[in-house]
Amino acid sequence: MIDPAAPEFWPQLFAVLLEGTWETLYMTAIAMAITFVVGLPLGIVLVGTEPGRFLEAPLGQRWLGRAINAVLGFVVNLGRSVPFIVLMIALIPVTRWLLGSFIGTGPAIVPLTLVAIPFFVRVVEIAVREVDPGLFEAAESLGASRWLVVRRVLLPQAWPAIALGTATTVTSIINFSAMVGVVGGGGLGNVALTYGMQRYSALHIVFVVIILFVIVQVVQWLLTRLARRLSGATPAAGRTARRTERAALDLDDASIVSAPTRGDTDSPTR
Amino acid sequence: MITIDHVSRRFGDGLDAVVALDDVSIEVQRGEIFGVVGQSGAGKSTLLRTVNALERPDSGTVTVDGTVITGLEGAALRQARHKIGMVFQHFNLVGNRTVAQNVEFALEAVGVKGDERRGRALEMLDLVGLAHRAKDRPAQLSGGQRQRVGIARALASQPDVLLSDEATSALDPETTRQILDLIKRLSGELGLTVLLITHEMDVVKRICDSAALMEQGRVVEQGALEQLIRTPGSRVAAELFPVGEAHYTPGHRIIDVTYTGLSADRPVIAQLSRDFGLDVSILGAALETIRGHQAGRTRLAVPGDASVALKVIDRLTSQGVTAWEVHP
Ligand SMILES: Nc1ncnc2c1ncn2[C@@H]1O[C@H](COP(=O)(O)OP(=O)(O)OP(=O)(O)O)[C@@H](O)[C@H]1O
Ligand SMILES: [Mg+2]
Repeated sequence: MIDPAAPEFWPQLFAVLLEGTWETLYMTAIAMAITFVVGLPLGIVLVGTEPGRFLEAPLGQRWLGRAINAVLGFVVNLGRSVPFIVLMIALIPVTRWLLGSFIGTGPAIVPLTLVAIPFFVRVVEIAVREVDPGLFEAAESLGASRWLVVRRVLLPQAWPAIALGTATTVTSIINFSAMVGVVGGGGLGNVALTYGMQRYSALHIVFVVIILFVIVQVVQWLLTRLARRLSGATPAAGRTARRTERAALDLDDASIVSAPTRGDTDSPTR
Repeated sequence: MITIDHVSRRFGDGLDAVVALDDVSIEVQRGEIFGVVGQSGAGKSTLLRTVNALERPDSGTVTVDGTVITGLEGAALRQARHKIGMVFQHFNLVGNRTVAQNVEFALEAVGVKGDERRGRALEMLDLVGLAHRAKDRPAQLSGGQRQRVGIARALASQPDVLLSDEATSALDPETTRQILDLIKRLSGELGLTVLLITHEMDVVKRICDSAALMEQGRVVEQGALEQLIRTPGSRVAAELFPVGEAHYTPGHRIIDVTYTGLSADRPVIAQLSRDFGLDVSILGAALETIRGHQAGRTRLAVPGDASVALKVIDRLTSQGVTAWEVHP
């Protein structure tokens, strides 16, 4: 039992929370970084190797595209259907072999990454699927290489949705990171477990909840802003150009006046 | 310049099979603007897409400037595509990139780098009158402006051929005319061969040198416009000159008279009535500007039998207009 009235309570609480927060952020950041680097290409390949898409025949081999698509789809679905707690336990030998130990913040990153990758692949898959097929067709008609299509068409169009999906992925990594506390993974989940549950300190729980809430909010806010930036909403450059245009009275294109995409603010009568 | 030779393409199999192209052959001359018309589902888009191998025919060959497109793959195909630009009905611009970046993309595909790429993209935008909008997003432009960006992008790699799939179908009539005139002007300036698809006869009238009519995957008519309007029974011509249905008129023969250029100004029909003492009535008439030239068609009902009709046709022909009898 912990006594909140004891003089060392608050400094101790503070220290514990600080360490827990740091561990949670560390685990989440590393897991997310690995997830992003692995999941992004996998998601692109998963959609791209579908029949009729830009990667349907890698190296000119149609069967290869089909095979990659089938294997990838299977693995991702498998990954998504295994409950985290089972995955975590199943991974103990793997983690121990990989990192020499399965207890602690570092080893916890292994199951976190493995649970997040299939989730994130799905995020990328949806984002890529949303890209207008006409854009791929236009790129193809221009004789662009696949790599160029990915860089200049697919990614620019998919980034906003991927950014939003990243926020959701981060949230679920944080969520799962609390659970790895159970196998000695550290982080805020471990704080809640050891102080809140085993030593009955409600205050620890309250602070853990508040901190997790704030982290999730901040991540969500940042990535939503990023998504809006990436989708090119109202760049200042555009407005300047339009002002120049009106000054030049270059209204030779009659449809300018009635174009639906132009806001009220640039009505030519002003 | 573009030879489509006995090309067939079917989609699906068994009972659901759709024959999109059925033994289609088309010849597009260097430097001309060739229009393909036809109803929805006739196979126009499929045909156009075989020219840059976005669609592969089941049989037949497509040759562009001596290169057999249907035999190409990989890098060789990409290379060939650099010489074939394409514009789309819905523009297909990358929304999250600027207008300039969209045009630059075409040059990147060719391998042009750095300052040269930026410079050439701006030149292309200048050519279509949009250099001042280079930093805007496509969404900030009107439909007509977006199509001009599409044209700039399609022409950035200095192709010899421009393909256009309903490039003006999403635009209002005035903007349509501007885009058509732009295509016409650029095709002249850059020596382009243009193959375009449309369901609007106005497009054919305004810029096409030749046309083909497609129906259920087949080309049912093709040729130079001048020649088609002088061909009895041409359906392209019938669309160009809406003189109405030919109804059976007892005791009369129906004759279509088609005139172009100077003969359009001469009072040939009034003269006909005078010379033959015939009570000629006019059933319908259409005067059109085709490729900047006056052309017209008048549908006459001439009292009498086949021999009278023949005499009338002879007289009209000797006066430099084209005439033939229509059998309702
Ligand atoms: N990828 C495809 N898969 C299956 N059927 C197709 C495909 N592309 C075209 N078709 C079919 O082929 C036929 C011709 O289509 P196409 O798009 O060439 O017609 P179109 O003349 O361009 O029509 P529209 O004027 O409506 O654009 C149609 O019946 C269409 O349903
Ligand atoms: Mg079509």
